[in-house]
Amino acid sequence: MRRAPLPPDAIDATDRQILNLLQDGFPLTPFPFRDTAARLGIDEAALIARIRNLREEGIITRFGPFFDAEAMGGAFCLCAMAVPGVRFEEVVTLVNAHPEVAHNYERAHRLNMWFVLATDTPEGIETTARAIEGETGLRVLRFPKQREFFIGFRVQA
Amino acid sequence: MKVDTIDRRIIAATQGGLPLTPAPYAEIAGWLGLSEQEVIARLAAMQDRGVIRRIALAPNHYALGVTANGMSVWDVADDRAAALGERVGALDFVSHCYLRPRALPDWPYNLFAMVHGRDRAEVEAKREEIAALLGDACRARDILYSTRILKKTGLRLKEG
Repeated sequence: MRRAPLPPDAIDATDRQILNLLQDGFPLTPFPFRDTAARLGIDEAALIARIRNLREEGIITRFGPFFDAEAMGGAFCLCAMAVPGVRFEEVVTLVNAHPEVAHNYERAHRLNMWFVLATDTPEGIETTARAIEGETGLRVLRFPKQREFFIGFRVQA
Repeated sequence: MKVDTIDRRIIAATQGGLPLTPAPYAEIAGWLGLSEQEVIARLAAMQDRGVIRRIALAPNHYALGVTANGMSVWDVADDRAAALGERVGALDFVSHCYLRPRALPDWPYNLFAMVHGRDRAEVEAKREEIAALLGDACRARDILYSTRILKKTGLRLKEG
């Protein structure tokens, strides 16, 4: 994924309108691009071409349904470890070798390794966390979500 | 059961994104041998049940200059955490907001909010907005900045 900011002139005012409007939702109607284009005052083909271009340029990371993976039967758990500096690379290799580790970040804190376990069943979380503890000799702190709040995150384009 | 076999096929067909054609739901229906009406009805039903959070566009916030982020964590009084968490999650600069168990004595924090900004100074300013919102319900706080991505894989559902 592109991580560098775009030059300011890379997208025009219409692109920005598209990015702002479609963050709020996309209609479940037979011709959703036509309906959306009408709100933007452009035609359907132009809207589709612009979205395609924004996607190809890496300015859109996703366009479509956002699924709640947990609602589909999977289990997730945020985990953290305090890894001694001298062992960090060794422990990264051991932890990342588990396919259940979906992502893993080094963070500036005594608890310096934070990863998410994603498994097909709730029991898979415990099994994997215990396996990592056995392999590393380090504690795996488990932070399962107790409650998730509705997210208002929005980026002004 | 929250999703049946046909739902799963629709999920598998759309998890990479919607097709960029004038009638995207008819296109998906054609791939799966369903009617357009059924695809639309099932997507709407999954949205009502919370299986689909929304159908929308997610901009690459890095490309738009929102490149800094930090995991802010807060020790919030248990009896006020749910109501305050709702308000923190609704802020437009917070991309994830969860209540999680504390791990005492190592970890006193129960509210996690991922804060985004154009630079670290903006993230810190947003963090102060959260602190002001939490007020005296918050007993301790911290923020953890990532220094390295060690692994990142997409979460993809197997077609069931």
